[in-house]
Order: sequence, then C-alpha cells, then structure tokens
Amino acid sequence: MSMIFGVPIAVLSGQLLLGLINGAFYALLSLGLAVIFGLLKIINFAHGAFYMLGALCTVVLFNTLGVNYWVALILAPLIVGVLGVLIEFFLLRKIANEDHIYSLLLTFGLALVIQGVLTNIYGVSGLRYPIPEVFRGGVNLGFMFLPYYRAWVIVAALVVCIGTWFMIEKTKLGSYLRAGTENSQLMQAFGINVPLLVSLTYGFGVMLAAFAGVLAAPIYSVTPVMGANILIIVFAVVVIGGMGSILGAVITGLAMGIIEGLTKVFYPEASSTVIFLVMVLVLLVRPSGLFGKEA
Amino acid sequence: MTDSIKPNYEQLKVTDLHAFYGESHILHGIDLLVRRGELVTLLGRNGSGRSTTLKSIMNMVGRRTGSIMINGRETIDSPAHHIAHLGVGYCPEERGIFSSLNVEENLLLPPTVRSDGMSLDEIYSMFPNLYERRYSQGTRLSGGEQQMLAMARILRTGANLLLLDEITEGLAPVIVQKLAEVLIKLKEKGLTIVLVEQNFRFAAPLADRHYLMEHGQIVEEIQANELASKQELLNTYLGV
Repeated sequence: MSMIFGVPIAVLSGQLLLGLINGAFYALLSLGLAVIFGLLKIINFAHGAFYMLGALCTVVLFNTLGVNYWVALILAPLIVGVLGVLIEFFLLRKIANEDHIYSLLLTFGLALVIQGVLTNIYGVSGLRYPIPEVFRGGVNLGFMFLPYYRAWVIVAALVVCIGTWFMIEKTKLGSYLRAGTENSQLMQAFGINVPLLVSLTYGFGVMLAAFAGVLAAPIYSVTPVMGANILIIVFAVVVIGGMGSILGAVITGLAMGIIEGLTKVFYPEASSTVIFLVMVLVLLVRPSGLFGKEA
Repeated sequence: MTDSIKPNYEQLKVTDLHAFYGESHILHGIDLLVRRGELVTLLGRNGSGRSTTLKSIMNMVGRRTGSIMINGRETIDSPAHHIAHLGVGYCPEERGIFSSLNVEENLLLPPTVRSDGMSLDEIYSMFPNLYERRYSQGTRLSGGEQQMLAMARILRTGANLLLLDEITEGLAPVIVQKLAEVLIKLKEKGLTIVLVEQNFRFAAPLADRHYLMEHGQIVEEIQANELASKQELLNTYLGV
C-alpha cells in the first residue's frame, strides 16, 4: 500500500474527507453567524440550537408525516427560519439598542431553553435518520472509498456557501446588507426598511444553520444537544476567520475541518484541541482574525 | 428666480420642533418654512443645532416633538425609512460613503423615491470623475470626489427636497466652486434645498434666505437682499 509520511494514503485521504465534511458544517454555521453578526451585531449563541432544530425537524417530519429528505431540505430550514424571524421580531428587537451582552445572554438563554425542552421530549440518546435512497453506497476512487452521501454534503454545502457569498457581494440585496452593516441609520434615511432587513437577515442566518442541520441528520446522531457540541468549535472558527467576514467564515471553516482531519492522522490526541490552538495563535498574531479588517 | 414664477407651495414646514438625545434637549422649538424651489441655509456656530435640525427632519435623533410637514404630510410620527419616500434626499456631514461598496454601488444604493430623478448617464456627465472611478471602493475616492458621490447619490433618487449638511467642509476651493455650480444647476431644475453651511461666502450668493441659529433656536431670518444691512448681526452670531 502506498504511503505518505509513513501513513497509508487510504487512511490519510479518509481523514481528509472526514475533515472536509466537518469543515463543510463549520463553514455553513460560521457563515450564518457572520451574516447575523455583520448586520445585527449580535453574537448568536442560539445558532447551535437552530442547527439542531433543522436536524430534529427533518427526523420528526419524516417519522410523523413521512416527509422525504428532499422536501425536508427546503421545509425544515423554512420552518426554523420563520421561528428565527419571530424571535428577532418579538425578542431581539426589544433589546436592539442595549449593550451587546444582552443579546448574547438572550440567545444563550434561548438555546438552553430550546435544548432543555427538547431533551425532555426526545432524550439524548440520538434519533436515527436513514440516508436517502439515492445516496446509499459509494464509489471506490482507487485510493479511497467515497460514500455518495458524504460527497453530496460537501457539494451542497459549497454551493450554498458560494451562493450566499455571491448574493451578498454581487447583488443589489447584498449591497443593502453590506451598507447596513456599516451604517444602518443612513440606510433608513435613504428610505430602506432596515427593521425588515434585520428580520430577514436573522431569518436567513438561522436558515443556513437549519440547512446544515438537515445535511447532518443522516450522518450524525440527531440529539437535542448536538448543536451545543458543535457551536463552541464554530465560534473558534469565526474568531479565527474574523468576525463578520463572509469569505473568511467559509474558507476558515473548511480549512479548520481539514486541519482537524490531518491532526487525527498524525497526532490523534490533539485532534479535538487543534482548532483552539490555531485560535490562540491567530489571536496573538492577528487579533481581528485572518480575514477581519484591522481595527 | 423671480417671485412671479415661484410657486408658494410649502415643501417643508417645521413648527415648534424640539429634539432630544437621551436626556439632552438639543432643539428648543424650531420654526422654519421652505417653499418649493427655494435654497435656504441654516447658519450658526458649531453646536448651534443646525445638523440636528436636519437629522430631526430625517427622524435620526432620539426623540422629537412638534410638527414637521413634508410635501403637505405630517411626519413627526413617521418611521425613519418613510421620510425619504416623500421626496427627501439627505446628505450627512460625514458624507456616509460606504467602504464595502464601490462607487457605482454607492450611487445605486438609495432607492428611487420619485420618478424624475437623474439617470446614471446624466449623473456621470455632471460628475465625470465618478464615471472614471466607478469601480473603485467608495472610500478610496478623494474627499471632493466622495462629496460629489454623496450628492450624486441622492440626485439619482429623484428627491426634490435636498437636506445638505456641510458639503464644503474641508474641501479645496476648486471643488467648492464646482459644488456651487452644481447647486445652481439644481436650483434651475426647481429642486428645494436646505443647506447647513459654515462657509458663509459659499452660501451667501446661492441662497434665497438664511436662518440664523444659536443654542438650538432660530434667532433671525434674513432675506438674501438684507445681507448687507444685517452684516453686523451676522458677525455677532457667526463670529466671523
């Protein structure tokens, strides 16, 4: 068997693939966080809960109504997104002019409430969701075995990330978002309905998290605490990439997944810490993050 | 423009306007009236409340009471994003050019509020520099170009009441001259303009009337033809 650095290629590429998949989830989640932080200046601690809701929604829709994967891929983010808009409208808006710590605490509290209630109902043992029929099996690439569903996750996540980047950087709606991030008061004076823009942006960021949740449902164990586990890593990713940077969130997300994967090959003991190590290093050298604007 | 062809339509009528930032009471009962096609200035020292008056009209201050009629509509209870749609264009003192948008995106950002705004072509022929630099980052422009951009941006929307805050501040004389030409053109087009200005020599030949402000109040209204006779008074209030 061919080796690289004393490691079989199959093992290396297998871990790279796993890393890339984790990275895809980091990218989707930190992208949503970055979009929300950009316009609302809210550090959305409920983001993990929305990710979990996306996954749970998929499972519950399937078990109760027999809703298939493809419908869930649209429906679950929509349902969770609407919930996000309601939360913005009825809760976050009330404290929009207060110190940021209030919204941080509010979203953190919300996450705990959602997580707690659902743990009561569904327990923490993990619900199962079957991989959709078309994605069963995989293909042998010669140097590794590539399950179809994992390939799909990477493709879908990349498409959504690139689509989001395009929408924000290249469209008229995106120019509203970018300008609102800089000076929302002036946007109001130009006649743009900023409160609506804020609601929709929060809803969109939440939808991205829920979309990641749907993608995760067939491969990760779906539990009410799955969001809390991943959120800490995603925050580290956001800090490394630079708060509020769209492109930074996506690239850093993927890169951190890969770094994590590689660490599993060469020094498995450090694999769960390596991202935080990178975070410390980045904070020492570039406090505003790799892609953040220097203050 | 002579009085015979000037319609007496009241484009902006402010009555007993009080404005507050938190606990601070900034404006103490402002009354002002601007008729269609007029160019009116707000003169006064820094901190006399001129910029706050414009901001209050745009509903950008903490709290305001009194009455602000724009095109015959009461706006004291209107949300901020409704004001522009009555045909108001606001150019803030700090210019408000967005750094994450290029020049053309900055130009196209404010939604059209009336149908007869200037087209992109007309704007580029009025401000050729903006055309040359249309793909540059907005804040990479020189101060003068940024000011042109901030003006051009609201001309495209079709706003017929322009609130311009210190547009000549910190600019080279040649740019100030260019801005004066632009204002004259806009006046010929029949636009109504409220100008907050520090540079009295810039404002004097352009304006129909002046309101003199001090301590959040209007202390004097001066017609263009009274300037010479009230020079003494102006000197006292402006400290020039």
